[in-house]
Amino acid sequence: MSELFRRFGRPGGGSILATAALWALLLVVLPQLTMVELSFRPNLPAVARGGPEDVWTLANYTALWTNPLHRTIFWQTIWSSLLVTVLSLLVCYPVAYHLAQEARGDRALLLATALVIPFWVNEILRTFSWFLILSRNGLVNRVLLGLGLIEEPLALGGVGAVMIGMVYAYVLFMIFPLYNALESLDRNQIEAARDLGAPTWRIHWRIVIPHAKPGIAVGCVMTFMLAAGTFAVPQIMQSLPGGTNARWFTQIIYSYFFDGGDWNRGAAYAFALLALCLLFVAAMMRIFRVGLADIAK
Amino acid sequence: MRGAEVALEGVGLAYGSFWAVRGIDLDIRPGEFFSLLGPSGCGKTTILRLVSGFVEPSEGVIRIAGRDVRGVGPAARPTSLVFQNLALFPLMKVWENVAFGLEVRGVPKAERRRRAEELLELVALPGFADKRVDELSGGQRQRVAIARSLAVEPQVLLLDEPLSALDLKLRQHMRAELKAIQRRTGVTFVYITHDQGEALTMSDRVAVMSQGRIEQVGTPAEIYDAPATAFVASFVGESNPVPGRVRESGGGFVTLETALGPLRARDPRGLATGSPAILIVRPERCRLDGAGEADAVDNRVEGRIERVDFEGAFANLLVASPAGPGLVVQLANDGRLAGLAAGAPVTVRFPPEAALALPEGPLARE
Repeated sequence: MSELFRRFGRPGGGSILATAALWALLLVVLPQLTMVELSFRPNLPAVARGGPEDVWTLANYTALWTNPLHRTIFWQTIWSSLLVTVLSLLVCYPVAYHLAQEARGDRALLLATALVIPFWVNEILRTFSWFLILSRNGLVNRVLLGLGLIEEPLALGGVGAVMIGMVYAYVLFMIFPLYNALESLDRNQIEAARDLGAPTWRIHWRIVIPHAKPGIAVGCVMTFMLAAGTFAVPQIMQSLPGGTNARWFTQIIYSYFFDGGDWNRGAAYAFALLALCLLFVAAMMRIFRVGLADIAK
Repeated sequence: MRGAEVALEGVGLAYGSFWAVRGIDLDIRPGEFFSLLGPSGCGKTTILRLVSGFVEPSEGVIRIAGRDVRGVGPAARPTSLVFQNLALFPLMKVWENVAFGLEVRGVPKAERRRRAEELLELVALPGFADKRVDELSGGQRQRVAIARSLAVEPQVLLLDEPLSALDLKLRQHMRAELKAIQRRTGVTFVYITHDQGEALTMSDRVAVMSQGRIEQVGTPAEIYDAPATAFVASFVGESNPVPGRVRESGGGFVTLETALGPLRARDPRGLATGSPAILIVRPERCRLDGAGEADAVDNRVEGRIERVDFEGAFANLLVASPAGPGLVVQLANDGRLAGLAAGAPVTVRFPPEAALALPEGPLARE
């Protein structure tokens, strides 16, 4: 900050700061506040706004608990997002460890490239590729039919398919924080533990995982937030046969905003989801005993 | 704890077509403080990794306590390695570091703690059990690393230049400390270093290595006084190498024809007349004419003092000779240094017994 004033003088530095502040205020703070405000008001036709019925109310929030379908989908979304996070961690940890500690030179480069290239394609197409794999005439069904293991194509849609799509869609958001953390681990520590007689699982449990904690926390937070907040993945994967039961809470929010025209309820639901996500971040930070600074890294 | 013997028989390790070490024969005795001394890249760390089990030899046999350990991993060998960077576990307390090997073996916590405290006492760190690793000084970390390695009761402790990160004073203190720990525990120590001072002061025996091979194995005195090759002579301690050719030999002595004139030296290797050789004489065995009794058989070299490097207890004089290489003469500060100044003509003198003639060979690069 003082550097800014030193370089551009008081008026120059001041105006740069003011521009940034104005930007944040107009494009971040005010819209959010409007949404908060909306979430505490009833959804009224235009003529009734400002009238006697237009009062502060918690009705939009309590609706989430009184509507059993919404409540179920809310918890299902949270639960599935947790599963996606755990699944991603299980898939990514060995890959990240291999990449950071074992792969050497060209092999490491090749592996990293192979991981990154799919992410040049956007999320919708990446998800769609899994849609194709799991569809009625997709790869999985064809292989199973070809091997004679099934007579009829399986309906592979459902929560599981949505979760697979998500794990794939967000793999890099888990791998890179893990890789960053694991890469800084001194190989000698692993060898020292091995020399002292530790089996592989204990080396990971006592040396590698504690060292990678901040990376694990960051990866989990990112993956969970992305999973809980995604719209595209469930939207696409639901079109699989048998997939209609896999509704995501974000879809309900979407329909209140764009189909139902009830922004008030939509805003309330969105904040409920946000609150739970923040709770999750706080929980992760507690569990892994990491501070905001570690996560910001 | 008791030390075990370590035997290497014709051990070699190849990376592709490059041999990191080859033809290594070593017989390290139980309870011995044994050093592997050599310049960086000579293969000494490779030998340590071979003995600890992190790499398997491409050829040859390694025996520890008489048992062929080929195919036995580092965890199962009765060895323990102290890493060059120590590799302490930064997220564990000091005692947890020390007790890690016991934790792995399923020793109950109270017992682990008790053992850790015992070991910390052994390495002169009582009361440090609950400290964090990053609260310790370099020397203290050093001792924790040694305690951690000793906790698994190894028969052989392997140390990879553990003192290299310490400053000079502490390094000298830790030398004595290490030696004392080795005496107390009776464990065989195999110590890697490129610092000849460390090797000479601590070791029972030293192996000098160069380019993946062992040049000589012997006690520190043997290595210093009777180097087997020109490399050992030039790597261990200061030396004046003078190349020449054998003119005549006999009676354990040879006369070499050198650029400094004919010089006589001991001939332990029985050099053939006419063969190229190197004469080695230590700076502290050289005298200036008049600084002692004259002896008719002494070698004499005329020259001029080029530089006087005053070191306190002694001074190193670089004496340049018009005919050949300069000689370094080390003189004790016995009150007679005052008259010596650059430019003065002098005669360097050393008895044939103090000089050694060795077959021509590569010298250590400083």
